[in-house]
Amino acid sequence: MNVEQEIRLRLTRRQLLGRASVGIGTAALASLLNPGLATAKPQAAFLNFAPKAKRVIYMFMSGGPSHIDLFDHKPALRKFHGTELPESIRNGQRITGMTSGQKSFPCVAPMFKFAQHGKSGTWLSELLPHTAGIVDDIALVKSVNTEAINHDPAITFINTGSQQPGRPSIGSWLSYGLGSENQNLPAFIVMISQGSGNKTDQPLFSRLWGSGFIPTQHQGVRFRSGGDPVLYLSNPPGVLPDNRRQMLDAVGRLNQMAEQTVGDPEIDTRIAQYEMAFRMQTSVPEVSDLSGESKATLAMYGLDENGNGSQYARNCLLARRLSERGVRFIQLFHRGWDQHGSLPEQLPKQCQDVDQPSAALVKDLKARGLLDDTLIVWGGEFGRTVYSQGALTATNYGRDHHGRCFSTWMAGGGIKPGITYGETDDFCYNIVKDPVHIHDFNATVLHTLGIEHTKLTYRFQGRDFRLTDVHGDVVKGLLS
Amino acid sequence: MQQRFGNRLFAIAVVVLMVGGLPSYAANRPSIDYNRDIRPILSENCFACHGPDANKRKAGLRLDVREGAIKPLKSGETAVVPGDAGHSAMLARILSDDADEHMPPEETGKKVTAAQAELLRRWVQEGAVWKGLWSLEAPKRPELPEVTNSTWQKNAIDRFVLERLEKEGLNPSPEADRPTLIRRLSLDLTGLPPTTAEVDAFTKDASPDAYEKVVDHFLASPHYGERMALEWLDAARFADTHGYHIDSGRDMTRWRDWVIHAFNKNTPFDVFTVEQLAGDLLPNPTLEQKIASGFHRNNMVNFEGGAVPEEYLTAYNVDRVNTTGAVWLGLTVGCTQCHDHKYDPISQKDFYQLYAFFNGVAEKGLDGSRGNAAPVMSVGTLAQNQEITKLTSAIDDIEKQLVAANTSWDAAQLTWEKEQTNRPDAGHVQWIAAEPREIKSSGGAKLDVLGDKSIAVTGPNPAQDTYTAMVLSPVVGISGMQLVVLPDEALKAKGPGRSENGNLVLTEVHIGYASINDPSKVKPIKIKSAQADFSQDNFPASNAIDGNPQTGWAIFPAVGQAHTIAFELEKQIESPGGALLNVTLEFKSQFSNHSAGRFRISATSDKFPLGQTRVPANVAGLLRLPNESRSDKNKAEIRTWFRTNLMPEYKSLRDQSDKLKKQLAVANANLPSTMVMQDLAKPRDTFILMRGQYDKPGEKVTPNTPACLPPMAAGAPKNRLGLARWLVDPGHPLTARVIVNRYWQMYFGTGLVKTAEDFGTQGEYPTHPELLDWLATEFIASHWDVKGMQKRIVMSATYRQASHATPELIVKDPEDRLLARAPRFRLQAEFLRDQALAVSGLLNREIGGKSVSPYQPPGLWEELMSRSDGANFTAQSYVQSHGPDLYRRGMYTFWKRTSPPASLTTFDAPDREVCTVRRGRTNTPLQALALMNDPTYVEAARKLAERAMTEGGATAEERIAYVYRIVLARSPRPQELAVLRNVFDQEWSGYRRNAEGALKLISVGESARNEKLDASEHAAWTMVCSAILNLDETVTKN
Repeated sequence: MNVEQEIRLRLTRRQLLGRASVGIGTAALASLLNPGLATAKPQAAFLNFAPKAKRVIYMFMSGGPSHIDLFDHKPALRKFHGTELPESIRNGQRITGMTSGQKSFPCVAPMFKFAQHGKSGTWLSELLPHTAGIVDDIALVKSVNTEAINHDPAITFINTGSQQPGRPSIGSWLSYGLGSENQNLPAFIVMISQGSGNKTDQPLFSRLWGSGFIPTQHQGVRFRSGGDPVLYLSNPPGVLPDNRRQMLDAVGRLNQMAEQTVGDPEIDTRIAQYEMAFRMQTSVPEVSDLSGESKATLAMYGLDENGNGSQYARNCLLARRLSERGVRFIQLFHRGWDQHGSLPEQLPKQCQDVDQPSAALVKDLKARGLLDDTLIVWGGEFGRTVYSQGALTATNYGRDHHGRCFSTWMAGGGIKPGITYGETDDFCYNIVKDPVHIHDFNATVLHTLGIEHTKLTYRFQGRDFRLTDVHGDVVKGLLS
Repeated sequence: MQQRFGNRLFAIAVVVLMVGGLPSYAANRPSIDYNRDIRPILSENCFACHGPDANKRKAGLRLDVREGAIKPLKSGETAVVPGDAGHSAMLARILSDDADEHMPPEETGKKVTAAQAELLRRWVQEGAVWKGLWSLEAPKRPELPEVTNSTWQKNAIDRFVLERLEKEGLNPSPEADRPTLIRRLSLDLTGLPPTTAEVDAFTKDASPDAYEKVVDHFLASPHYGERMALEWLDAARFADTHGYHIDSGRDMTRWRDWVIHAFNKNTPFDVFTVEQLAGDLLPNPTLEQKIASGFHRNNMVNFEGGAVPEEYLTAYNVDRVNTTGAVWLGLTVGCTQCHDHKYDPISQKDFYQLYAFFNGVAEKGLDGSRGNAAPVMSVGTLAQNQEITKLTSAIDDIEKQLVAANTSWDAAQLTWEKEQTNRPDAGHVQWIAAEPREIKSSGGAKLDVLGDKSIAVTGPNPAQDTYTAMVLSPVVGISGMQLVVLPDEALKAKGPGRSENGNLVLTEVHIGYASINDPSKVKPIKIKSAQADFSQDNFPASNAIDGNPQTGWAIFPAVGQAHTIAFELEKQIESPGGALLNVTLEFKSQFSNHSAGRFRISATSDKFPLGQTRVPANVAGLLRLPNESRSDKNKAEIRTWFRTNLMPEYKSLRDQSDKLKKQLAVANANLPSTMVMQDLAKPRDTFILMRGQYDKPGEKVTPNTPACLPPMAAGAPKNRLGLARWLVDPGHPLTARVIVNRYWQMYFGTGLVKTAEDFGTQGEYPTHPELLDWLATEFIASHWDVKGMQKRIVMSATYRQASHATPELIVKDPEDRLLARAPRFRLQAEFLRDQALAVSGLLNREIGGKSVSPYQPPGLWEELMSRSDGANFTAQSYVQSHGPDLYRRGMYTFWKRTSPPASLTTFDAPDREVCTVRRGRTNTPLQALALMNDPTYVEAARKLAERAMTEGGATAEERIAYVYRIVLARSPRPQELAVLRNVFDQEWSGYRRNAEGALKLISVGESARNEKLDASEHAAWTMVCSAILNLDETVTKN
């Protein structure tokens, strides 16, 4: 076979897959959601390890849950309660404009009890009784840290690797690198729920699941409650599946005729996309329909027998259903974790929202054998200060943003279960052992998926960009 | 060695041929060009460690400049020995099999292919000639190349394209047919499809300049400015919200209008640049120039509680430097925020010197919670500006009248002054109480006459009231009437008013009289003047006779006691047989219940019923001076007092002026504002920020341009104006190239330099370098004639080619970089919408103005915002527009940065958080769903169906053909007609059985439907039209 013939053959194959597939990672080749890429990336050089995880469910707690009141147990803090935070601890740390004018920075010990759980003896707050039941399956990381001290930069940083807007989100990186395992569902799905703690909650931004400078088909697709789960999924009123099928057949035939005249392989891709759209009209409602779930399963998530209950609980169950169908990256955003004041009143409500469903998701995946190849992440954009924002009273206190350390837990594919990683000082203020910067954290997430984070790059403006910028070390101590 | 390489080289060359975006042209060329062939290899593999960034340089080796590469290293080796490949360590390292020796190191993930290594070897062997980065050297006007085919070319562009095609052994494609050409031109130059009339005119025009006429026609369209503006809005990161955190609204629509207008009037690009970067710094800037200066206010702005202002001031300026770099320089200066550039000769110092140009903006670090962020300027729409001009001139007119000489007023004043000395003291006037005959309250109050002839008011107490009293005149020859308001224990605060505090406001008094013999015939009498014993501030007696129901006489705080207000009649009433006075007292002020609670009406026949006018002591003193002793100031003082208090005409003019002034204040307050550039008196100091961090200042710097580019002109100001002029200096190597390349990208989908944002070392070398330089020099020589440049490009034979591709062409040039055919790509997001609206007849063609909110699935914003304090900010919940605003072009859709318009972002519209000069182009199922199901497209399909049914002819075939002509500018082919005829029959038969569904489908959207049409047939045609709107050909520029 001569060279030209070989090229022709390759091109024909490529056309069959949609011209699109030029140059993406081989794993993504099969995904019809991933056509249209035109960057030259000859081989998936970033796939350096056998992946432990095939997909990710990321339960993002927007606002900054208090690590002090939930995870980072410090009995010694009790004796500093109500006393000024020593300057040797704060050590010139910049603080937000919300507390920088405070005259006093009194330390606050949590008003909640802590106890040890499971074989691992992991300490947890009484606000998380269901999470207490899965401690032997999770790795609790107490030493995550970020430079950002305000919501916008912090949540943008942890989700995109940069405090300033413009970069692709972690989910879009994975969609770009790995594609989807399911041809009828998007590779990256986002679900949002409101918390019941802080109602004047922090906003979210579409950039948190946006694709920045990488092609837009990698951006997260919002799965929404009420109406169409995916935008414009349903036929217009009065259009039955038959009407749609007839119309699509006509469009398909006419497009084929055009392809024969014009010879543009992009037309074939478009034909395939319309067929995929038609299939999504079935596959998406099917995945959102909880009627096939057993009563026991529904109850485990805290849903009633009709599948009704809190949005977060529904989202957790949907996350399991989506992960079963091979959706690569599922991100839940639960809001309301910004406890500047009234923490003792708000935090229990937030925990009530998420504790049972989050734990149920881990248990459910484990029972179905999916936990081994699904990475679970639970955490927010930063932690909270040990000192009180506003006056500390016998029953009330608030906490400002704190980036120097915060707690996050992981579970499943590639993660060592039943461990606590990293340590902070007696004030939950500084890390004293095993820091995990959010770049390290993201590098570790990619690692569990078999991706070498320094090699998953996209060239933009002459530079090969990465999720982890020029930083990040895989945290070996977290790996199974 | 050579032999060993042979086979590998061949094998790898095949791979390169297949995966590389560029055709094999470069590899086949005999002579080596450093910029085209060598620099990309070195840049990709070596410069990160052996390039311009001194801090990261390894082994002291620098390969981006010749001196660095040929200098012996500490190790004793020499990287490059010109003419001696065998002794060049660089080549040895690249070819080494030893992992420790091999370059680039394994962990970088970089690899020099054997083909590249061979190119490097030849280059070293041929003498290793370095050249400066091509894009940093000013373009020189190239000679037009010689070509074999002498008939194809239409203009100079074609010579360059053809030369390359001939070298590659390719032929250009024939010219596209006219329907394709006119649709292409219309979409490219206006973003809208051609009308059928335009298509017909062009297809029938046999004149030799038919094509040029169409080009000129579209270039003259006001929609041309919109189309050009859209590309610029992406670059300028224009949006309707601030972007960070709560993402409140802003209004930069006047700036957007300016851009559209600038393109439409073909503002030369250098002026366009200078006004946008420094319009405020021009001498005596016009309003429009100041509006234009808002370009660099389009950046995101933050007001998150607790954020550090300095951090965001830094972010704004970094964004401005990056945007300027991408838009004008085509350089990725952003890399140098934290360190010297790894590939291009730009230092971190260069970055902060550019930054310093913007570091004087009079802005706050945190701002924008209440709309536009400072500095702002008020700007009105044409109508608003006209309204303000009208009000201002009306006020001026009145004010002039008020101070000008006025014969009749002056005469009245003279008379009054004379009389004043003759008049008796007011206390000497004989007032006699009149006996009430008939009394009424319009508000239903109860009026009772008491023994002293006074009237007591009780019962219902309406907010406003009018009393009418017919009283018997106690005198003959009435000259005046007096109202006495009396205190009464029964009233609150003892009255005399009925309000809570005893006050009253007499807003207007009317007096009439009738003969006692004919009480029904009441004649009005003019009141000359009024005087009270006491008046509340701003409620003088004259208010009761000024004809203005909004003003009145009042008595607070002197309540609980009697007061009088007397009225002098214009002339005495001669009524020999006895007269009845008809007195109307209006209490219609905005203050509720301020009517009289007890009062009496008296009359007099005294010649001067008001006696002497009560004047303030200072006026009385002046009046005592003889006229000749009064200064001008004294005279003015007397005149003003007289006119204000005793000339009702003057008073009413005064009131009118006050009213207009209030209107003017409201109009000014409602004027929209726009964010503009304005510098602090003393700019902030600028420092190199270590690792780019706002709180880590290093060396102090002052504004300057990058060292690798020509310096600013001697004497040019080191401010934004100097910077802007430097950018458009005819000698600037980058600006013209970068801009014409983006124009090229608009038409061909890809620039001559594919990396439109990066003309640096890591950017792509141009496919047609001479063409790029020809266009750039032409652009400058034409005085930056923007429209002229568009015309030049679309007039070329290159542009006019058919877009059909043969398998051979796809193999040889899959991305169409050689341009042996016209490109074919999907319309950009906004144009898809505009096209659907245009063909359906729904499009609102209004140009400019406020952003609008078309259909959007509910909750998209609220899900992300939904703060319970969201009402404190704008743009937190989506309020859909109605009526014509639903059908405006996509570019006017309200752009919320944290939740950009879903139907546009689905088609690759950027989020506008940062500058974008090159949009992606994807092809996804979500796009199919949007085009099939978004109400915008469904409504367009049903309106297009109405057109087909009412205008398209009688048969299904005629109607399909009609829709094809509207949408695709061509007639359907027989097979296409058959497919669509068939689907129509299927759909119609379906909807005949599903009348309810039919009605639902043709009711999508808010526009009215033509109810004369049969619903099931209309629904079937809607599906057919939807099919046509979803065709690849429809969504594509062919």
